[in-house]
Amino acid sequence: MTLSPKTPGIAAGRLGAEVLAENFGDLHPPLERHEAHVAADRCYFCHDAPCMTACPTSIDIPLFIRQIATGTPEAAARTILQQNILGGMCARVCPTETLCEEACVRETAEGKPVEIGRLQRYATDTLMAKNDHPFTRAAPTGKRIAVVGAGPAGLSAAHRLAMKGHDVVLYDARPKPGGLNEFGIASYKAPENFAQAEVDWLLQIGGITVETGQKLGAGLTLEGLTADYDAVFLAIGLAGVNALRCDGEDREGVEDAVDFIATLRQSDDLSTLPVGRDVVVIGGGMTAVDAAVQSKLLGAENVTIAYRRDREAMGASDFEKDLAASKGVRLLTDVRPVAVHGNGKAVEIELEYTKTEDGALVGTGETFRLKADQVFKAIGQTLEGAPEGLEITRGKITVSGPGRTTLPGVWAGGDCALGGEDLTVTAVAEGRDAAEDIHATLMG
Amino acid sequence: MADLTTDFLGIKSPNPFWLASAPPTDKEYNVRRAFEAGWGGVVWKTLGSEGPPVVNVNGPRYGAIWGADRRLLGLNNIELITDRDLFTNLEEITRVKKDYPDRALIVSIMVPCDEESWKAILPLVEETGADGIELNFGCPHGMAERGMGSAVGQVPEYIQMVTEWCKKYYSKPVIVKLTPNITDIRNPARAAFAGGADAVSLINTINSITSVNLDAMSPEPMIDGKGTHGGYCGPAVKPIAMNMVAEIARDPQTHGLPISGIGGVTTWRDAAEFMALGAGNVQVCTAAMTYGFKVVQEMISGLSQWMDEKGYTATSDFIGKAVPNVTDWQYLNLNYVTKAQISQDDCIKCGRCYAACEDTSHQAIAMSADRTFTVKDEECVACNLCVNVCPVENCITMVEMAQGAVDPRTGREVGDYANWTTHPNNPSANLAAE
Repeated sequence: MTLSPKTPGIAAGRLGAEVLAENFGDLHPPLERHEAHVAADRCYFCHDAPCMTACPTSIDIPLFIRQIATGTPEAAARTILQQNILGGMCARVCPTETLCEEACVRETAEGKPVEIGRLQRYATDTLMAKNDHPFTRAAPTGKRIAVVGAGPAGLSAAHRLAMKGHDVVLYDARPKPGGLNEFGIASYKAPENFAQAEVDWLLQIGGITVETGQKLGAGLTLEGLTADYDAVFLAIGLAGVNALRCDGEDREGVEDAVDFIATLRQSDDLSTLPVGRDVVVIGGGMTAVDAAVQSKLLGAENVTIAYRRDREAMGASDFEKDLAASKGVRLLTDVRPVAVHGNGKAVEIELEYTKTEDGALVGTGETFRLKADQVFKAIGQTLEGAPEGLEITRGKITVSGPGRTTLPGVWAGGDCALGGEDLTVTAVAEGRDAAEDIHATLMG
Repeated sequence: MADLTTDFLGIKSPNPFWLASAPPTDKEYNVRRAFEAGWGGVVWKTLGSEGPPVVNVNGPRYGAIWGADRRLLGLNNIELITDRDLFTNLEEITRVKKDYPDRALIVSIMVPCDEESWKAILPLVEETGADGIELNFGCPHGMAERGMGSAVGQVPEYIQMVTEWCKKYYSKPVIVKLTPNITDIRNPARAAFAGGADAVSLINTINSITSVNLDAMSPEPMIDGKGTHGGYCGPAVKPIAMNMVAEIARDPQTHGLPISGIGGVTTWRDAAEFMALGAGNVQVCTAAMTYGFKVVQEMISGLSQWMDEKGYTATSDFIGKAVPNVTDWQYLNLNYVTKAQISQDDCIKCGRCYAACEDTSHQAIAMSADRTFTVKDEECVACNLCVNVCPVENCITMVEMAQGAVDPRTGREVGDYANWTTHPNNPSANLAAE
């Protein structure tokens, strides 16, 4: 029997292989050489450029764009990578429309910013296609540093520390490194296994030993690490997922969006990946959009994002919201889940309209039901498995300055640490800056 | 709609846009198509003496520079004069002129610098019924090595001599085409005038190397690993050409000598500018080579619209109108004071004006923490660099200070017109007025 988007329940193979391949192809196709030159020519080479200020890693954007314009994308890549070693991934996943491209003076002038993200990708892709790693290690310092978590913050810190001449052991709980780059973002943002290719390229610096399947609290302890190493950098991310706290949350078909995204990213054959006919995603951030759009692209007939506040308050950027809408995802705002109904399996979700009263969100009492054979929870992640002894503020590891925790010799960065937006690019900046601080501290 | 009919040396053409002597005008096929497309006149590609025609290279003949989107900004060439038989050309010219009596058809000629050669070819050209001739004293490559082209154009005595021969053996208008590869364009123009030329046309192409192939270490265009200088043309040469046209137009010694303007004319506006500086018409090549013959349609409609807007009914209404305002530096009003003014509503905060002024000019623009850029009048010398680097048109303007106002930079009142000739700092100031 041939399946289709209208096949009831949760099923795999709703769409043919060709359609799936097209759906999960590159969201922003790479620029050709000539396109890159034309795009680069639009940059005004601003003085003290606003785009540079807006970039969490402070990449010298006007300089790298000028290097592209003059036919030296490899030099452009070096300019990018010395500030942001994951410049390749950031070129793909950064919400540029709220960062550099929002600040671009051509956005002010014409509403059409210089395509900084795509130009960055052009430069970094050119360099990586040559498998050229432009950095070398300083003389060995004899210092050993443990980095826990091989996501963007951990990778960034590990690379900078290795570059400074330290020996780094990079631990990760998952079977392979990459963190959210590998497990946590939509497939079409980094197709063709880019995350692993980038990690492999990054590790060419040398001096970094990757230890996978090593989890803090399950084998690894902070006491052990601080005893064995000269410094520890924690970049453990947010491993926990918030619960819906509504009736029927335990019914079959109610899943964590992050698990769905991770499974999808690791799938070799998307036609074997099951998805519901009627999918409802609860939440309003990037994870919600990634889960919703990918459900649609896998062949779900109806996909709805249900968010408790208004569209403006959603964590996802305007671009992401528009992307979801353009793929046929319905954005339903000012609603919250009351119950998931069904007999064992989810069949319907009951939602209640909300309103804000005296600054607090309250239900209006008016409810309605949507068909839902699959419900994804995307209402935020939480710090899980943080070692004892560290001060925690608002659910994150307390840090001061460049990632210093309340324990001597222990630094933290990325999503698990206080401060900054939970973005790849922010994590890279925090990892880099903590590494510089570790280096300065150790070398006096 | 304005009448674009132009009378140049008594030669009438429906518009002032002529195709210059060059590859587009090499043969009957092209010239007929050019006339069908609307060109007002054509200068046929340069004819040489009877006998075996010249040969061209069989590798690239053109080099170029481009803007980012491959917009052609400048072109150079190493092509020689026509490499087709003289009599084939003459027959074609005769046929075309007969079929297009309302269009201007000029024949460009380059033969060796002796009277016999000119005496031999001129009657043949006269027989074609063409409206006039243009003497190619400008071609800077190849032919110059053989004592022709710019080798003649660089020696005013030769220009005068050959022009005299042409006036002797040919009855219709003689236009002398000048090379820009000289020190002072007025000298060859004066020589042509003295020889009896009916007009000069300029500029021919400029000696140039457009680029160097950094792998082969050879100039482009590269022929088997070597290159030679070519003649540069296209939009990039227009400012040089316009200055030379203006120099001749305002030279008392050549006053009234008609000029055909050449050099980077790409749009109606370029043509209007050349004509305002004294050119009676313009000749075009690179624009046609880049965009094809159709480009003349924009030139026609644009010039016509502009003339209507300005109330000009004939091209003669504005030809030479800017010439009286071309002067020497010493006569510029040193009491004309302006200050840059930045429109905060239009500013997009790129900071280019600041970088330019702070790093390379007079440190006259202030930048605040919130990227507001303001002019410091006490430092601003009104150099205009900020205007030129600003990406937003009319965001920065130069505002004139009224007479009597105090210039905060100098602390002096803005006075009446006064120039360098009477300035106290000028050691040779003309004090005759006192």
